Amino acid sequence: MTVQESSSLPAIELAPAQPATRPRQVKSVRRLPVQKDWPLWLIIAVQVGILVGAVALWQAAADNGWIDGFFWSKPSAIYATLIKFFTEGDAWGDIAFTFRSTIFGFLLGTAAGSLIGLSFWWSRNYAAIVQPYMICFHSLPKLALAPLVILVFGLGLASKIAIATALTIIVSVLTTYAGVKAVDPDQEKLFYSLGASRMQVFRKLIVPFCLPWVISVLRVNIGLALTGAIVGEFIASQHGLGRQILYAGQTYDIALVWVAVGVLSTLAVAMYAAVSWLESVLRKGVKQ
Amino acid sequence: MLTVMSAAEKLYLDQISMTFNTPAGPFQALAPVTLSIPQGRFISLIGPSGCGKTTIFNIVAGLLQPTSGRVFIDGSDATGTIGRVGYMLQKDLLLPWRTVLDNVILGMEIQGVTLKQARERALPLLRRYGLAGFEYAYPSALSGGMRQRAALLRTLLFDTDVILLDEPFGALDAQTKLHMQEWLLGLWADFGKTVVFVTHDVEEAIYLSDEVYVMRTRPGRIVESIPVPIRRPRQRHATLVPDFIAIKERCLQLLTLDPTSAVGEAA
Repeated sequence: MTVQESSSLPAIELAPAQPATRPRQVKSVRRLPVQKDWPLWLIIAVQVGILVGAVALWQAAADNGWIDGFFWSKPSAIYATLIKFFTEGDAWGDIAFTFRSTIFGFLLGTAAGSLIGLSFWWSRNYAAIVQPYMICFHSLPKLALAPLVILVFGLGLASKIAIATALTIIVSVLTTYAGVKAVDPDQEKLFYSLGASRMQVFRKLIVPFCLPWVISVLRVNIGLALTGAIVGEFIASQHGLGRQILYAGQTYDIALVWVAVGVLSTLAVAMYAAVSWLESVLRKGVKQ
Repeated sequence: MLTVMSAAEKLYLDQISMTFNTPAGPFQALAPVTLSIPQGRFISLIGPSGCGKTTIFNIVAGLLQPTSGRVFIDGSDATGTIGRVGYMLQKDLLLPWRTVLDNVILGMEIQGVTLKQARERALPLLRRYGLAGFEYAYPSALSGGMRQRAALLRTLLFDTDVILLDEPFGALDAQTKLHMQEWLLGLWADFGKTVVFVTHDVEEAIYLSDEVYVMRTRPGRIVESIPVPIRRPRQRHATLVPDFIAIKERCLQLLTLDPTSAVGEAA
């Protein structure tokens, strides 16, 4: 068979048959790598161990002069400040202030952004016209606008909400618009062949189709909203955790910086968990 | 004369043609096609890709404005109007966030039938036509054949006299396809709809139809109409009788002709 083929194709010069001079290579025996899962208690124990170890090391380092306790502070001092923070100062007021501006900014940015994104479905011309402005605003570091926002919206809650909204709105618009663009044109054709109006297509197809995109942006937005709120407080504020951090830093109260940062991350984790929960609830409603 | 004729027919296509303007110049996707289909008929269009089958469907469904010609349904001009015929596209296009029942009632819902009424009408049909037990399932839980059933029932429940089926069984395996053909014939007998069916499968076209139209490309056009005089209800072994095989041969002959020869037009 092979001989016949090579003789019928004289143009192709075949390499002389290689005798088996090469030593047969012994393939090393390899098995599928198997990773054994640790039990949950062990995972948690190691996590706690790392935390305790790091805190203990920090304390020891500061006590023994390995690091400068003035700049780095130390766990015992931070603990004392934490107690003072919650018993003497207006800790809950600050937390509530930051929480409020974050949540309002998150809701406003996500809702308005999603609606704008969805609105692009109605007119390709409108979408094409607005597009470059969107991209421009998206690439702009929105925090650069913060001083202006403070001037316009004042020192209170409104300016913090405005910055948090500015950070979240554009991501929502672009993500929702990505959903709008992903709608199968045949699906729209089906609706129209059934005699649907544009409003019916929008309500029964576009909105439910884009919902997963809106949901996916929630988690990103909660982090962005918090960043916006904190930066707003950095620039000018009389309340909030961001203001506490800034104040403590300016007065070299490093322990207070750590306390405020710690409280802030607790707040962030709590809000993140709440949004993750909301996301799972919504996803259950949107069967895929 | 044409107007008189169109009044008698359920669906009448009067010289419809379609030319698209492309950057490379005008492209004629469909040369003027005239087609008249009486009430309750089952006809098939077969032909190679790009012969304009889907273009015809889009025009009849009102999704595409023909460059020339008119579409008559029950004798009245329906060119460019949507919602007059049931149209099943190649994909099943079931909405993943709706149950099978709520998918099937989509057409009625859009026409303004209340949800409750629409569901009441759809439920017995789902059960009778092979979707019992899946009424409240989501499409992701359905097999390919069942998804096509749901999509077809959605088209039927839209309650128009004419339905257009664009390769509904194209993606199914051979076994399921045979089942679905029987199922479709049963439905057709029960509902008495006028069906226009597009397929690549010659045997499927002949087996299902009263008449087969063979199309060709460049430009898309109908070159021959072949009646299928086989008695109904048809059995599977109808595909083995000489009449059937003769029709099949004729179709294949037309489909495999050298595109440059003009024999097709002579017919």
